[in-house]
Amino acid sequence: MIEMLVTYGFFATLGCFIAGALLSIILSGRGAEKDSWLFAHALAVFGGLLGLAYGTAVLISGEAVTIQIGGALGFGSNILDFRIDGLAAFFFAFISGASVAASLFGAGSLKHFLGAYRLGAFGFFYNVFIGGMLVVVSADNALLFLFGWEIMAIASYFLVIFERKREENVRAGVLYILISQLGATFLLAAFLLLYRFIGSWDFDTIRASIDLVPPLWQNTILALALVGLASKAGVIPLHIWLPEAHPAAPSHVSALMSGVMVKTAIFMIIRFFIEFFPTPHMHWGLLLIALGAVSSLLGVLYALSEHDIKRLLAFHSVENIGIILLGIGAAVTFFSLGIPVAGVVALAAALYHTVNHALFKGLLFLSAGSVVHATHTRNMEEYGGLIKVMPWTAAFFLIGAFAISGLPPLNGFVSEWLTFQSLFAGIALLPLLPKIVFLAGASSLVFTGGLAAACFVKAFGTTFLARPRSSAREHAHESSLIILVSMGILAAFVVIFGLAASSITPVLAHIAEGVRGLAENPVPLVSPAQTIGLGGFSALSMLGVAAALGLGILLAYIITSLTSGRQKVTVSRTWNCGTPLTSRMEITATSFSRSLITIFRRVLRPTMQSEVEYHDAVSRYFTKSKAVHLSLPDLYRMYLYGPATALIERGANKAKRIQTGNLNTYLLYMFLTLMLLLLWALK
Amino acid sequence: MEWLYLLLNTGLIAALSPLSLGIIRKAKARMQNRVGASTLQPYRDLVKLFRKDEVISEDTSWIFRAAPYLIFGSTLALAAAVPLVNFTAFSPTGDVLVFAYTLAAGAFFLALAGMDTGGAFGGFGASREMMMVALAEGGLVLSLVGASFIAGTTNLAGMALMLPALSGGALVPLILLAVSFAIALLAENARYPVDNPATHLELTMVHEAMILEYSGKRLALVEWAASNKLLIFTAVFVNIFFPWGIAGSALTVLAIFFAKIALALISIALLESVMAKLRIFRVPDLLLSSFVLSLIAILIIVV
Repeated sequence: MIEMLVTYGFFATLGCFIAGALLSIILSGRGAEKDSWLFAHALAVFGGLLGLAYGTAVLISGEAVTIQIGGALGFGSNILDFRIDGLAAFFFAFISGASVAASLFGAGSLKHFLGAYRLGAFGFFYNVFIGGMLVVVSADNALLFLFGWEIMAIASYFLVIFERKREENVRAGVLYILISQLGATFLLAAFLLLYRFIGSWDFDTIRASIDLVPPLWQNTILALALVGLASKAGVIPLHIWLPEAHPAAPSHVSALMSGVMVKTAIFMIIRFFIEFFPTPHMHWGLLLIALGAVSSLLGVLYALSEHDIKRLLAFHSVENIGIILLGIGAAVTFFSLGIPVAGVVALAAALYHTVNHALFKGLLFLSAGSVVHATHTRNMEEYGGLIKVMPWTAAFFLIGAFAISGLPPLNGFVSEWLTFQSLFAGIALLPLLPKIVFLAGASSLVFTGGLAAACFVKAFGTTFLARPRSSAREHAHESSLIILVSMGILAAFVVIFGLAASSITPVLAHIAEGVRGLAENPVPLVSPAQTIGLGGFSALSMLGVAAALGLGILLAYIITSLTSGRQKVTVSRTWNCGTPLTSRMEITATSFSRSLITIFRRVLRPTMQSEVEYHDAVSRYFTKSKAVHLSLPDLYRMYLYGPATALIERGANKAKRIQTGNLNTYLLYMFLTLMLLLLWALK
Repeated sequence: MEWLYLLLNTGLIAALSPLSLGIIRKAKARMQNRVGASTLQPYRDLVKLFRKDEVISEDTSWIFRAAPYLIFGSTLALAAAVPLVNFTAFSPTGDVLVFAYTLAAGAFFLALAGMDTGGAFGGFGASREMMMVALAEGGLVLSLVGASFIAGTTNLAGMALMLPALSGGALVPLILLAVSFAIALLAENARYPVDNPATHLELTMVHEAMILEYSGKRLALVEWAASNKLLIFTAVFVNIFFPWGIAGSALTVLAIFFAKIALALISIALLESVMAKLRIFRVPDLLLSSFVLSLIAILIIVV
């Protein structure tokens, strides 16, 4: 069974997505819009299941799989070579797994799009998008990788602008594709430089002969690759497209973009910094930690200031990418200083958080999508009391919120715990400079956890609890069964990845060792009795934690039922100092986080404008209306993107002078260029 | 056998926590020249509340109803981890990060319960509580982590066992960490100068604002959980940061432990009698100074 999967799984998976894409177009062309949508999503579900099985099978078989299509087709070139090693299989599996849940949700949300937009194109790009991500992680060759990278970017661009009747979606899409292409250019430059020194696009050759690259150029290549990949991952300050583009897409695409697509950049960062360049300078590790610390802390602060539920979740992706980068940065530092054991633990922590974030962010985006479908607004200030009409969605959102806040016993806690431990190891073991950077990373992670909890109390509380804040709840109802199933799958995995942590960490440690080729001396991440142990310094037993919490809650029930059984419970109104309570007296999402935003005002620079209108303009005794506008300025556009755009425009204006409009001048330019090139070639 | 010790630990904390609250109140009353209620008064309050009928707001959901059980349960789970008598039993909640984040989980549900009532009080209480939890996290986690670096383990019981064996020089940073943890203790337990535990004035309350709608057995659970939390923090404080008198027979250890706890509780009462509550936007300064003290201590330890 496993052998068969390993042999044919790859083709079967990609075949499903290709079939889904083509079928969607064909059916839509014949006017069967509904069927095209359903078939596209059904085939994506099927392909996702196959991909999940395939990735798991490759992980179990323990050997890298090489697929050479070019050779088989007889055109000799290795441009169509795929190689699925442990790391690739891991990413392959969770990209596929997340698309199963997302596609189920997509199938269930048909009625919201039917008739309004062209569904055939959506189904096509949706399948191409997932297929592109799978190509990215399994390519064994820079050209094929870049091809997949572009396919993924362009397909997701069309998904972002799917609801094109809203102007802001189109604007978000343009910003997204621009930054995406900018990043791809940097990445292309990095690979071109590698080709110049190594003379091959093959990842295998690059791995084997990286010593041919002089040290200075190594650093240049890493810098170019980092800019290109960080822009896709949404690392601050290259994140500005992310909170625009992710919310603009339909919710199940948001879940995939936020939970999975940004991880392809994480995948390539691991390849570049840990695999291609086995001993990069320590400073790269420290830089990654610094970027991670800034992204995680600022990401959660921006999320706190949001009251658009999908933008809030998108900013949390920036935060979680930061947490993953803390782990990767620690791993790079350890490897470069020759402490592979700690490096493997740090990399395992990063991988664990990568899959955890895909699970709970997917879950949160899907349940947010369920809320948006029911209320037709993304503004949290208009929600309230939804737990009564959407109990299941509320429960799933709560599980996701609890997990993303890093609270035990769910999965977010385990990966944050592991990341903490690798940072602690660095603080204890390393020289002074890295010590301080690691300490800063750990500090930012501490505050990130607390602020994320505050942010999700706000998100869950204002969305689901208390009284409705507007008429949005009147027509709200629970989502259909298939949508609930899609969320239930992810919620179940969030719980499993928390409780079964001690069975998962050895697998991840093994993958991390595979990246470094360390398979001979495995790192024991597991001690007996279901405990994750780290060399006597600390140990974590998630089952134990869950059992302790469960017993405590059970005892609480026993105590209360023993002491008070006969007492009456009356349901009555909330006390409000004797005056009738209206929904305007409830706390809003904005005011909930206002105190934290005020505390961090030096970083966030919040602005407040008030307007007062008087009945009588002269005497000004009686106010007619008052308004307060609170906002956060976009500092990145003001101080980074704005000046950069202005610079380019100025340059373009200067360059315009050579545009005379006279044909003879242009011929002269061409002639001169030709002469210069000839001279250069002859030299 | 280990399980028995852990259960004993939990039972002791839960049984004695109302007394610790009574001691603070009694000491405060004496400092204000009042006789004050008996130290056993908190027990009577709990018994009374458990017997009372309950009124629940019509706006609330199951979150409001379940939260007291979850919060009380989480303090019981934490109570097992506090080093009291036996220091070799492995408690799963004894890891410092599990400890800090389980506390945060309790705060998470308490804040949600506050928001669930739909009143103005619960909402702003929740907002302030989460602000303080988020900012106190730095001092709380890093002070415990600093002590872990000295002791070479992150398990609370293991730390309490290892620390007394160290020489004086290694314990100097422990003083900084103790101050840092003490600030976190005051903030997390809604004591002066961060919150006033005795007030019901809208402008000043945080913890009380969130639990305003509770009555009857659920209020009893929430109040009991709060006193559990206070005793857990105090016990961790005296056994980790003042780790003396831990060796010896079980009886002397227990006697010394109670003496230390009583001293710490009376110090809290003293502090509350001589200090005014801080303005809410001055609290972050205090919490950040707790964080910075821990940072300095950790740098001294590891460099």
